[in-house]
Amino acid sequence: MEQTQISNNKTNFNKLDINKLFSPFVKIDQKNNNSIIFKVKNIHCASCIHLIEKSLYTLENVFFVRVNMSTEKLEIKWVGEKKLADKFAKIVSELGYPISLYDVDNLDNDFEENKKVLIRSIAVSGFAAANLMLISVGLWSSSVETMGFATRELFQWISSLIALPAIIYSGRPFFYSALKVLLKKNTNMDVPISLAVILTSLISLFETVNNGEHIYFDSAIMLLFFLLIGRYLDVLAKGKAKKSAKELLSALGGTATVIKDEKQVIVPIKNIREGDIITISIGEKIPADGIILKGSTEIDLSLISGETLPKKANINDNVFAGTINISAPIQIEVSKSTENNLLTNIVKLMEKAEISKSKHTRIADKAAKLYTPIVHLAGLFTFIGWWMFADLAWQPSLLIAVTVLIITCPCALGLAVPVVQVLANNSLMKKGIYLKSGDALEKLSKVKYVILDKTGTLTVGKPNLIGSYSEEDLQIAASLAHYSKHPFSRSICNQFNGKLLNLDNIKEIIGCGVEGYFKGKLLKLGKKNWSCPSQKDEDEIFSEIWLSVENEKKICFSFEDQLREDTKDVIDEIKKLGVIPIILSGDRNEVVKRIAEHLGINDYYSEFSIEMKSEFIRKLKLQNKEILMVGDGLNDAPSLAEADVSISPSTAMDITQNTADIVFQGEKLFPIISCIKVAKKSVLLIKQNFLMAVIYNIFAIPMAIIGLVTPLIAAIAMSSSSLFVIGNSFRLNLKRKKF
Amino acid sequence: MNILLYLIPIALTLGLIGLLAFLWTLKNNQYEDLKGASERILIEEEKEKNERD
Repeated sequence: MEQTQISNNKTNFNKLDINKLFSPFVKIDQKNNNSIIFKVKNIHCASCIHLIEKSLYTLENVFFVRVNMSTEKLEIKWVGEKKLADKFAKIVSELGYPISLYDVDNLDNDFEENKKVLIRSIAVSGFAAANLMLISVGLWSSSVETMGFATRELFQWISSLIALPAIIYSGRPFFYSALKVLLKKNTNMDVPISLAVILTSLISLFETVNNGEHIYFDSAIMLLFFLLIGRYLDVLAKGKAKKSAKELLSALGGTATVIKDEKQVIVPIKNIREGDIITISIGEKIPADGIILKGSTEIDLSLISGETLPKKANINDNVFAGTINISAPIQIEVSKSTENNLLTNIVKLMEKAEISKSKHTRIADKAAKLYTPIVHLAGLFTFIGWWMFADLAWQPSLLIAVTVLIITCPCALGLAVPVVQVLANNSLMKKGIYLKSGDALEKLSKVKYVILDKTGTLTVGKPNLIGSYSEEDLQIAASLAHYSKHPFSRSICNQFNGKLLNLDNIKEIIGCGVEGYFKGKLLKLGKKNWSCPSQKDEDEIFSEIWLSVENEKKICFSFEDQLREDTKDVIDEIKKLGVIPIILSGDRNEVVKRIAEHLGINDYYSEFSIEMKSEFIRKLKLQNKEILMVGDGLNDAPSLAEADVSISPSTAMDITQNTADIVFQGEKLFPIISCIKVAKKSVLLIKQNFLMAVIYNIFAIPMAIIGLVTPLIAAIAMSSSSLFVIGNSFRLNLKRKKF
Repeated sequence: MNILLYLIPIALTLGLIGLLAFLWTLKNNQYEDLKGASERILIEEEKEKNERD
């Protein structure tokens, strides 16, 4: 019920928004066909798709319409006039689907290409791994005596024929990355992985040719297959954040009505310059940052701050691009051109923060830095030792040296981190927590400060009726409130479950309230100075509206943005974990202070702007302590990106959710604690995994160097080390029944 | 053991067909709109000119 009300509301706004022109954004291809891509919201089902596509197809000239439900895009191609684009937009918006321009220039080409390369690699390596296993199982479970020499040789050749092309094809993401890092004279986990895969393949090929025993094609391709899956999930999460940022900017696309020489001209938003004067009608999105010249109105800031209550704006007040003008038409003078406005700045801030964030070195890369030189030097010395000092021919010497490299279990090392991450991911997912970046766990485990936004994070983000009222008063108020979509009205309606009164002559007076008649008496519900003008002004912490019944009574309804149910427990728990909570809020000081004192938080900062928030985090980062940011508004997005690791509730805006490393569902804050605890445990397990790999190497490397490693020992050692690592990782899901 | 001479190529060919089919679907952007595809099945077909180009 509530949901439909909200969406209806938005639809109305967008209908008005549609007076804009889309034709300047039509693209023409070589065959002289026009095409345009729109972003369309509220597509829920098959009939929505059908309705939109059908109603556009009936038009002449149109030869291609395709709704993409997953990305909410609508692509139209037609021949003839460009102007038709405006007609299309109008048709779709009149069907009840809010439409805006999707004007994102080639933003995701790289990303899409990258993604496709990875998927293809996964497919190829998966195919090869499965087929190789068919053959390898045969090889493992028999010997020359039972199988016959010729069959065995056939099997080995088939394995190499399947494996080699697949390895070359699907190993590329790792090989390129390793090469890039090496050229920069650095190293990461891809270097040992690539080396191990390449060397394993080469030695296996060499052994196949010479009818040897050391054939490990299956290990190499399996390793690639598993690692590729992890890599793909990583790319997916990172790409999403960038995409939503660009899409947000494109939502600003379209046109605005600019007044030039006392005439109204329609101009693409991109071309708006400082000093232009723009008229904005009711329900229209404000296209640029500016100052109000004429008119006073209310502005829906929810895009920027997540604040549900509209804010009043009068002459000389600042307004920001992306917010919506609600109650009266206004004229503004543009103070910043599109490249500099608040929204663009938020996206820029985020991008900047993302760059500085990548400085974090993962545990795996640290391990790689230690591992690579030691192991490779060991391999080199083994070769030199056997060849120069033990008078062995160079081929067997090389074979022993390569065995050293392979036996150092790159498998176990490669799996040490991803397995734990997948398992942690799984166990968090069951609690409605989505982990988007693997690094998040590592950083979360060391977290020292938790920075919390107030509205929508500590609190629910919706006004809630507080105090007690008589049933009769509530009934009257709800009967009036029923006709309004204001957040306060909705809150009153939610509170009252009984029968509504039958009112006459109901009118909603925008910016004031609702009035109506019951049995000849005038009822008013709304702002104090409108419904109860005689009441004195007092400065209140709570937001309130007043109900007046003609000549009878005046009742004040107070509202408060309520804390989440478990906020206090969570804060206490955070403190117990030795983490310091800090509140950063854009809200008024007295409100923030009240909440901070109630929660027992000593560090709180109020009236912080977007820039101040992320600046604050940057300064705090200088202490070299890991910082966790929890927030939900668009104004938190740069801070989320700036912090080492970030969490946002699933009620947050798309862009905020996509920026955050972790997203949790539900009304409770407790997932924050679960995350930190799982992270601590995961990192412990990762370290144990590496430790196991090291212990194993202490035994295996000397044996390999002496040349004692037979294929049997190698096979047992390699699979057992991987099994140990996987087994240890599974301990994550044990013993943690408490949460 | 002669049976292997048939079975291995058959097994590999089947696998390869699967792989190629997957790569083909990928190339045709069939995974672009998974949500939409599951809903579109409910649309009754009239004589649509809704062809992909």
